[in-house]
Amino acid sequence: MLEVEAIEAGYGPVRVLRGLGFSVGIGEILCLTGRNGAGKTTALRAVMGLLPLTAGQVRLGGTVVSGLPAHRVPRLGLGYVPQGRRLFGPMTVAENLEIGLQARGGRPPRGRQGALAHALARFPRLRERLGQRADTLSGGEQQMLAIARALCLEPRVLLLDEPTEGLQPSMIAAIRDVVKGLKDEGVAVVLVEQRIEAILSVADRVAFVEGGRVRETVAAAALGADPALLAARLGV
Amino acid sequence: MSRGAKAVLLHAALLAGLLALNWVLPDYHRGNLARVMVLAVYAMGYNLLFGYTGLLSLGHALFFAAGMYGLALPMHHLGLGLVPAFGAALLAGAACGLAVGLLALRTTGVAFMIVTLMFAQAGYLAILIAGAWTRGDEGFTIPAAARQVLGLDLTEPGVRYLAAWALFAAVLAILFRLVRHPAGRVLVAIRENEERARLLGYDTHAMKLLATVLSATVAAAGGAAHAALFGYAGASFAAVQYSILPLLWVLLGGAGTLVGPFVGTLFMFYLIDWAADVTPAYMLLAGLALILLTLFLPQGIMGLVRGRLRWLP
Repeated sequence: MLEVEAIEAGYGPVRVLRGLGFSVGIGEILCLTGRNGAGKTTALRAVMGLLPLTAGQVRLGGTVVSGLPAHRVPRLGLGYVPQGRRLFGPMTVAENLEIGLQARGGRPPRGRQGALAHALARFPRLRERLGQRADTLSGGEQQMLAIARALCLEPRVLLLDEPTEGLQPSMIAAIRDVVKGLKDEGVAVVLVEQRIEAILSVADRVAFVEGGRVRETVAAAALGADPALLAARLGV
Repeated sequence: MSRGAKAVLLHAALLAGLLALNWVLPDYHRGNLARVMVLAVYAMGYNLLFGYTGLLSLGHALFFAAGMYGLALPMHHLGLGLVPAFGAALLAGAACGLAVGLLALRTTGVAFMIVTLMFAQAGYLAILIAGAWTRGDEGFTIPAAARQVLGLDLTEPGVRYLAAWALFAAVLAILFRLVRHPAGRVLVAIRENEERARLLGYDTHAMKLLATVLSATVAAAGGAAHAALFGYAGASFAAVQYSILPLLWVLLGGAGTLVGPFVGTLFMFYLIDWAADVTPAYMLLAGLALILLTLFLPQGIMGLVRGRLRWLP
């Protein structure tokens, strides 16, 4: 579904990604992990077209998306929930979702109301807060809204950057359930997580990023079965 | 009552109140309020770009002057009637907005402010240099005989007030519709987080360009109306202080609120009017009042009101 081939990108003269590559298929969950500064977030930003690639290619369902303007990438079915949620604070929950819905340009396959209802079905808590300003929600609710808004576009691939960061266990469990639900619907998910223990149970594969490239990709089941193996891979 | 209905009612009440004042106020204040409404149109255009889209321009005097000269020059040199000249003024404003937007929107933040300021200064100098046409710093008057529209004499105080009110009401209604429209929400989204808006699939550059052109057109409408109603076009309206004034009006009234620009313009107009009666150093008093307001009411007057009435657009 999403193929990232040996991409190179960075900020000005600083080269962060040095031939990073991964792929994720329909209904698959890939977790990118690694230390701070390894290039995980930069990889997602480069895939979304926010950073120009100096080498490599990104394909979505066989179509080359690298080089396209950033605003065209989401319309092709690539959703992104950045680190820190980045909601439109003064807008209400409903307005945040509507702006996600209208972004699609054409009509979502389920129709506008259908897509909204579908997005809200995953997060009943948001339904109770539709008229509330987004910047007054709790951290967990903000994360839910950020994911719900990205889902309004009904993406084929969803990129999530540190979705469980700073959340309490019950919220992490809720986010994990949503990711699992997306997998069951055939959505491919790429998760960036530094502490992957929380989401290991739903991941299919784990890619370890180091120095701007994927050092190794391991089946999540193998890591889950052997904590010592995970600790060794993370270098802890 | 729904939030939308409440907002419509409140704005309709404001317009009705302003209309009624035409038959209540003495000529002096009627003239003042007509001028305030015209300048508020200019400020509302500015607010669309600054308050709703988050782009701080220091060059809106160019658009105000484009409207003013876009109306006055064809009337003065070509003998064009007021209505087609007003259309020419709107076109001039939109064209300036497009030209400035295409170049200035390649920059952001402080660079955007400087580029817009430079464009406005270039416009100001162009007016001075083209003195043979514009009569430079001195400017020129539009004769009373030319200031007639549909058999109405715009030099008559009552008609002038109603014409200013009609323009103000039309612009308020259009902007009311725009900011509640999905496109208006996208502008707010760009203001809050442009990258996020882009990642939702919005062509933020195109939307900012559209906002710049609309803002410039509304500002030009204010400039054209000022020339038509008060009978004068001069280079001083293209100078840098006319780029700073709408920023002050909008900040005082409440950026990103629909009525804020009118409230800010009204407040500052009468603050200076009152201070001028008190002391020759009236700008000192006005400046002090502005500093106090900025310190203690950073969200502006209508920003404070919207803190309580969250349904206000």
